[in-house]
Amino acid sequence: MLIFECPYCGVHAEETEFSPGGEAHLKRFGPGSDDTDFERYLFMRENPKGVHFERWRHVNGCGKWFNAARCTMTLEVFGTYGAQTFEPPQDLKDKITAKRPGWSWRDFS
Amino acid sequence: MLDPLTGIEAMHFDGYVTVSQTDPLGMITVRGNFASKPFANALKKAIGIDFPGLRQITLADTSMVAWMSPDELLILSTWEDKTNLMDAIQKALGKKHALVVDVSDARRTFTLAGPNVREVIAKLAPVDITPGVFEPGEIRRTRFGQVAAAFWLVSQEEAKVICFRSVGDYMFKQLKAAATPGSELDIWN
Ligand SMILES: [Zn+2]
Repeated sequence: MLIFECPYCGVHAEETEFSPGGEAHLKRFGPGSDDTDFERYLFMRENPKGVHFERWRHVNGCGKWFNAARCTMTLEVFGTYGAQTFEPPQDLKDKITAKRPGWSWRDFS
Repeated sequence: MLDPLTGIEAMHFDGYVTVSQTDPLGMITVRGNFASKPFANALKKAIGIDFPGLRQITLADTSMVAWMSPDELLILSTWEDKTNLMDAIQKALGKKHALVVDVSDARRTFTLAGPNVREVIAKLAPVDITPGVFEPGEIRRTRFGQVAAAFWLVSQEEAKVICFRSVGDYMFKQLKAAATPGSELDIWN
């Protein structure tokens, strides 16, 4: 059971109040883009054992999308942050580093 | 009484907490940029109530304003007042970018009453409703069983639950089951 804090309404709730939206920070490559980029955008996903970044929606609540960092092994949630960001906030990355030294995920570490 | 919209008998159950369908309320959803002063001031003037803070519901004589999300408020009124209120809001906002919709017909409201009212909610919603943690003045959007809902405490012994009309029957049945005499947990009493 995951417990998230919605960054928009501040509710601290368990995962049945939310719905998962797949991997966070995907950049869209649409028509006209390079084949490799398009393929990566469509199909290539991270499947880490450990630190992971995902999109979640507070579906039975304020309705907003947000991003969350969690550990796929222990289900520990490191933190949540707004969806209008290209990368996790520095304080969250520092927090993860303190708990999982040497972590990396795509371009983040 | 008969539900004026469906012509059927209002739902009522006397369990260890009383569950009853309330008279229909006027409900108006307003979405917009509440950080914008001109927008917020115009809306405040039209509804005559201060905006609620994060997850709060403010109560006035016959109407209420509930915080639904950072860009959404729900304005509750009597069924009779809603048309006038709707007109007043639309007039006040003029051409300002906003969404104002009368959603009264889309909703059903239930009143739960009795000393164990917190317990009946706790059986159905994944919310910490411990006294001191959740108190009157707060509105919580969540789920009851399988369906989306919102609730608030009117007092320590009375709560209101709103849900979509389409799932009203399901909501009534699960509230009824949770309030069945003999299923008391007596956590907080
Ligand atoms: Zn939320």
